[in-house]
Amino acid sequence: MWSFFHKLGSPPWLYRIAGTILRWLLPLTLVTLAVGLCWGLLFTAPDFRQGNSYRIIYIHVPAAVVALAGYYVMAIAGAVSLIWRMKMADIAMKACAPIGAALTFIALVTGAIWGKPTWGTWWVWDARITSMLILLFLYLGVVALYEAYDNKEAAGKACAVLSLVGMVNIPIIYKSVDWWYSLHQPASIKFTGDSTIDPSMLYPLLLMIGAFYAVFTCCLLMNMRAEILEREARTNWVKKLALEYRA
Amino acid sequence: MSSGAPAASTLTQRSPGTLPFCVSLLRRQLTLAARRPIEIGNPLLFFAMVVALFPLGLGPAPDQLAGFAPGILWIIALLSNLLTSDAVFRSDFEDGSLEQLLLAPQPLFMSVLAYIGAHWLTTGLLLALVSPVFALMINLPTQAIPALVASLLLGTAVLSLVGGIGAALTVGLKRGGMLISLLILPFYMPVLIFGSAAVQNAVLGTPATPYLAIIAAMLCLAIALAPLAIAAGLRISVDA
Amino acid sequence: MYFQSFNEALVMDGHGGYVWAAYAISLLVLSLILLAPRRRQQRFLRQMAGEQKRRQQGPTVNTEVN
Repeated sequence: MWSFFHKLGSPPWLYRIAGTILRWLLPLTLVTLAVGLCWGLLFTAPDFRQGNSYRIIYIHVPAAVVALAGYYVMAIAGAVSLIWRMKMADIAMKACAPIGAALTFIALVTGAIWGKPTWGTWWVWDARITSMLILLFLYLGVVALYEAYDNKEAAGKACAVLSLVGMVNIPIIYKSVDWWYSLHQPASIKFTGDSTIDPSMLYPLLLMIGAFYAVFTCCLLMNMRAEILEREARTNWVKKLALEYRA
Repeated sequence: MSSGAPAASTLTQRSPGTLPFCVSLLRRQLTLAARRPIEIGNPLLFFAMVVALFPLGLGPAPDQLAGFAPGILWIIALLSNLLTSDAVFRSDFEDGSLEQLLLAPQPLFMSVLAYIGAHWLTTGLLLALVSPVFALMINLPTQAIPALVASLLLGTAVLSLVGGIGAALTVGLKRGGMLISLLILPFYMPVLIFGSAAVQNAVLGTPATPYLAIIAAMLCLAIALAPLAIAAGLRISVDA
Repeated sequence: MYFQSFNEALVMDGHGGYVWAAYAISLLVLSLILLAPRRRQQRFLRQMAGEQKRRQQGPTVNTEVN
């Protein structure tokens, strides 16, 4: 089993296995996304109080969930690269940052658009929204720090430290709706006990959350493949790939 | 008869223990800062001038200004701290003493605390002590001033520690510039939220102690964990 | 399908603007993050292939005496 992990440290092997995974994961992602979007958009009944604008939930909640999870992935990848000095973990961490930033952006924008008809305002500075904004800045900070370093190895280590420091923010985002009274709704989906959301709305939501996780994974693998190619440009296997690509 | 070899006692000199080392490091930083009093005065001057900007920009209406006063004072304190954070390690990085510090047998955790402590003593502490003057300039109700000073004392310590993380990660970069602000402002935000909330509550007459307690908790967390990140950042910057 | 007509789906009792705007922006961003790495990879491989070809051809010698 440990040989599997060791092989993951080899760039050509990781490139190939990521490619194999993507070959079926990418179509699956697109199909799930399409099905989930249509289901939520057209085939569910509107909410009793919010009417049709609640349909934004099928994008807003999955984006927010995966943005949070993605930060953990980035921080853990950073920790792995610091502790075990795995170059591939370093690449994974670097690849996570722009994806996480994009998903946080989607969550914030869809949240604002949803807020207008529901609460009457585009933005409100409550705990959860503010800490999600902080999450966006954290992601962008990681991207900026990586670009600022000339030495890419040091860049990876510095970003790993920064991601780990930023991890204090995540529990705050998650629990802030429970700790403070705010306009934001507390969690409706619970892992223990019954969820307070209707099943007909729950299932498309879960499907969309799964779809967004799949989107994250696809983007992560694709980014990693591109990064591996660029870093290993001097090696023979990359040169061979380039010749085959042309053909 | 002169002996060419040094006395045996000097050869067996032990390196200083951690606490004396840190105290002397702290004294060194304070001495260096005291030699350039203008640099200590800079953040205070900045504070004063930006406080003046708000009535100029928003209009001198006393009630309006008083309403915003807690937030204004805290934001300016935050910005002053941001400006000085960059320089905590920079001069020592440039002349190589930082590298020597990394090689020293004393634990880097404590040495880093000495640097940050000196930074707080020359910025945050002074800011907190001078803040009542500026509070009066923008009509903050006097009953809120103790809460203001307390929140600034605790909060600027957190800001110095967090700012040290940003400084450690960017000290080796040539094109640092705005980057340190981008990195540490997200962490400054919670401190700002609770700091100005403490003062707001004091203005309204409700107890500010819960918010001060939360800032104190942040300070405990920062003292325990920030030096680890700062030490890691310094090693990365020096080795890069 | 919950909506009776296409027009109804577009308007959604007045909330249509919000819902469709939110979905459109999100899909735009999602397609950007899904397509960008692919473009980057293809650009890199194309560049590499070009370099290889040039290297194989060898340096072109200007034989004109001028």
